[in-house]
Amino acid sequence: MALEGDRYGMKLTVNDLDIENLEYFRHCSEHNFHLQKCTKDGLLRYPPTTACPWCTNPESEWVPVEGKGTIHSYTEIHHAIQPAFKGRTPYMLLVVDLDTQKGQPTEHEALRVVGNLTTPDGELAPPDMVKKVGIGTRVRMVFQDVGEGLSLPMWTIDETAQQPEKPWRYPQE
Amino acid sequence: MTPNSDMDVSTPRSMRDQFAIVGVGETTYTRGSGRSTRALGTWAIRNAMEDAGLGPDDIDGMLSYSNNDSTPATFMAGDLGIRLNFFMDCYGGGSSTEALIGMATGVIAAGMCKTVVIFRAMNGFSQVRIGGTGARSAVPVDGDNLHSRAYGWQSAGQMFAPSFLRHMYDYGTTPEQVAMVKVVHSEHASNNPKALYKKRLTVDDVLSSRMICKPLHLLDCCVETDNATAIIVTSIDRARDCKHRPAIIRSIAGRVCKPRADMHYQAGPISTVAGHYAKDILWPNAGVGPEDIDVTGAYDAFTFTTMLQLEDYGFCKKGEGGQYVSDGTTRLGGKRPNNTSGGHLCEGYTHGMNMVIENVRQLRGDVDDSCPIGPDGKRQHTYDYREGGCRQVKDVELTANLGWANPGTGSAMVMMRG
Repeated sequence: MALEGDRYGMKLTVNDLDIENLEYFRHCSEHNFHLQKCTKDGLLRYPPTTACPWCTNPESEWVPVEGKGTIHSYTEIHHAIQPAFKGRTPYMLLVVDLDTQKGQPTEHEALRVVGNLTTPDGELAPPDMVKKVGIGTRVRMVFQDVGEGLSLPMWTIDETAQQPEKPWRYPQE
Repeated sequence: MTPNSDMDVSTPRSMRDQFAIVGVGETTYTRGSGRSTRALGTWAIRNAMEDAGLGPDDIDGMLSYSNNDSTPATFMAGDLGIRLNFFMDCYGGGSSTEALIGMATGVIAAGMCKTVVIFRAMNGFSQVRIGGTGARSAVPVDGDNLHSRAYGWQSAGQMFAPSFLRHMYDYGTTPEQVAMVKVVHSEHASNNPKALYKKRLTVDDVLSSRMICKPLHLLDCCVETDNATAIIVTSIDRARDCKHRPAIIRSIAGRVCKPRADMHYQAGPISTVAGHYAKDILWPNAGVGPEDIDVTGAYDAFTFTTMLQLEDYGFCKKGEGGQYVSDGTTRLGGKRPNNTSGGHLCEGYTHGMNMVIENVRQLRGDVDDSCPIGPDGKRQHTYDYREGGCRQVKDVELTANLGWANPGTGSAMVMMRG
């Protein structure tokens, strides 16, 4: 069944033929992050696809994946273009290396899961929190519910993790 | 051949030097054209035909690219009295120009047609905003796009920024170094009467302009303009009969991708872009290397895109792009000027075609600056690059265009003086 959601007034949909995304978001709606695992080479992949990008095998199983990782890069958006994000700047888009499968299958690969920096309850982070975060910050996954059966993975600072003394941030503040 | 590459360049390439660009044309670059993309397109194509000395009966192929924001080839051909033996309207933005030139050479080689005009017509300011604001920003988000747009990660600047920041992190590239791309291109634009922004800027101007999304200030981003551009490709034997000295096509790499083109961030290093792969097609096919190139046209949708491409195509060592774009090399009068028209940052935004047009003119030795026109109808270039002066580079023999779609996709072309 198709999914519909709304994030800050932005309409989100997943149509009923998009079975990979439907399954991905079904797990997200239970706040239980899952990814496809290839039945042949055993590699996880993100985002959902119809086959393994490394061995092309179309068969996979959905397995739970720990939502912990390190910020690989980011952007901090000061000029929003989508109406949903106007008045919510600055907000951060994070590209996060999951701990799971980092450096596999090759040195420069990782499951890089995107999301906004949010508070633990999944709302866009306030400006003082944005200023604390940079490349190297340890984050944990949280979810924002945006519709019936539809939730989006987000990232918040991992309060229990050992953080770098000074995460790398763009030099001009 | 460059010491940065160990590619074999001795293999003969059958398509090398067999095709040429014989005509180039454009409209004005404005913010508010007051006319349709159909009117803009026919205007630019007419100018390119006039430039080549070709009439409607001489053109029998047409290619265009757009993001569903243009007018199809059939309408343009109708308005120009052209009967087509071949046409395609392709979906695509940056990096389409070089790729479509490659397709044109292929269809001519296949005998499908003889001469192809390629155009890009867009009201990138007054209709479909290239920066992604306006109607495009408000469309519902579906399916695979939930992994990007749902997070407010949609415009070109927003999508590319993590690559740019990571380059700063990996290599210590500074905002001041990258701002020099805009400074240099603004100097070039000040010698280009048709450029939208002709004012020379400083590093301070760039870094004190408002932040759009880190690391991009407003002046790190290209302009949005209304314009059309056109180029005409034909075989080398036909090219000899055209009005100007042909710009001979040595080599093309077209829409080359990094692994995981579905989401290129999955394959690192993310501070390396598609040029890293395209260079291994471009240079061997050209039979020359980066150090042989006189003028570059490295796509400047953003200051960073110019730097990343020059670096990954081997014009400097990996990680030294910041130094390369800030040490004077890319300036008029420098060792290898880049985007002598002012490019997308200053002249106008055309999804890459104006940078090819500029290099064609550089190869002809006939750039349209403010130098006086002599009795032979040609400009008497002074090579004085002060503001308002010349922008012709001396004795240009080889140029390279480096087209950018996104960090994961790019195209390139080497041209030679005919």
